[in-house]
Amino acid sequence: MKFGIVVNEGPYTHQASDSAYNFVKAALATGHEVSRVFFYHDGVNVGTRLSIPPQDDRQIQEQWSALAKEHELDLVICIAAAQRRGLLDRNEADRQGKDANNIAEGFRISGLGQLIEMGIQADRTITFGD
Amino acid sequence: MSTLHTVNKSPFQNQTLISCLGHTKAGDSVLLIEDGVYGAMSGNAMSEVVAGMGANVKLFVLGPDVAARGIDAARVAEGFSQVDYEGFVDMAASCDRVQNWL
Amino acid sequence: MSKVKKFLYVNRKAPYGTIYAQEALEVVLIGAAFDQDVSLAFLDDGVFQLTKGQDTKEAGLKNFSPTFRALGDYEVTKLYVEQESLDERGLTLDDLQDIQYEDEDDDYAEKPSIIVVSRAGMADVMADQDVVLSF
Repeated sequence: MKFGIVVNEGPYTHQASDSAYNFVKAALATGHEVSRVFFYHDGVNVGTRLSIPPQDDRQIQEQWSALAKEHELDLVICIAAAQRRGLLDRNEADRQGKDANNIAEGFRISGLGQLIEMGIQADRTITFGD
Repeated sequence: MSTLHTVNKSPFQNQTLISCLGHTKAGDSVLLIEDGVYGAMSGNAMSEVVAGMGANVKLFVLGPDVAARGIDAARVAEGFSQVDYEGFVDMAASCDRVQNWL
Repeated sequence: MSKVKKFLYVNRKAPYGTIYAQEALEVVLIGAAFDQDVSLAFLDDGVFQLTKGQDTKEAGLKNFSPTFRALGDYEVTKLYVEQESLDERGLTLDDLQDIQYEDEDDDYAEKPSIIVVSRAGMADVMADQDVVLSF
């Protein structure tokens, strides 16, 4: 079965991204497919490579990047939410004349249409949020 | 045809669990996750309401979130079954749709 | 061509205090381009999103309430509003914006988009969907 996942809340503030991560890991471990994870609202903050969590805490971005690499997951960050919150890839930084980018490995930035497309293509859409 | 509902708020914080239970159909499943797991506890001001409104649905609670909050298994109300994340995935796969009450 | 799916956008939160109501509208507008069968549900504090007379000037926020009246132009014509949620909050249909769409199958007659349903009716609407997105 194909799952589509939405993450609506920010890491280290809300449990949503942790719950989503555990769900995705369990889905993959039981032979299901995860067609896309869509990060929306403050959830886009999961995708910055510049976060430095304390060493004794979980490394949320690194966990997602590693899982994406291992399973070729499509981690999509909502562009409108990302721009509002200062999350940029290289193209977007260049286009907007910003002097830095911060998107982490395994994530890509795209539009809200990707959320709808995921809902159409996935067998089940699960939202983790507030 | 059935729905898996998830609720992630304590019933002492807001009406989400009550609203969810008020919109379920017989045979649906309701899974409490995150702070929602406090809704599965017995012996409190909400227990009877939850048991009454949830009489026609299957009630579940996410074990890892119960454990994280130090809720003893003995305090989980009788009507609730504990599942782990793989159980959560199985339930999502076997229902017809998932509705996450945020 | 894949089958058209039934999408329900569930609105249970009041506007302005948090971003969710505004973002839900944004998703609905983007989603309209995908030609799916779209419905919106307003229950609990979500019914406050539809009230008349919202004026955000002094609060310094973006007033997105006029957008509801434009939904018909995007062929989003089913706005289910729960009667019990209105009653609990002391609201009636008169407190809500008059939201209409032009029915192209009926000589573009203007028809109301708001469909008031009971709690049980709302449960029926929810159980009749393929994809439920909550905000």
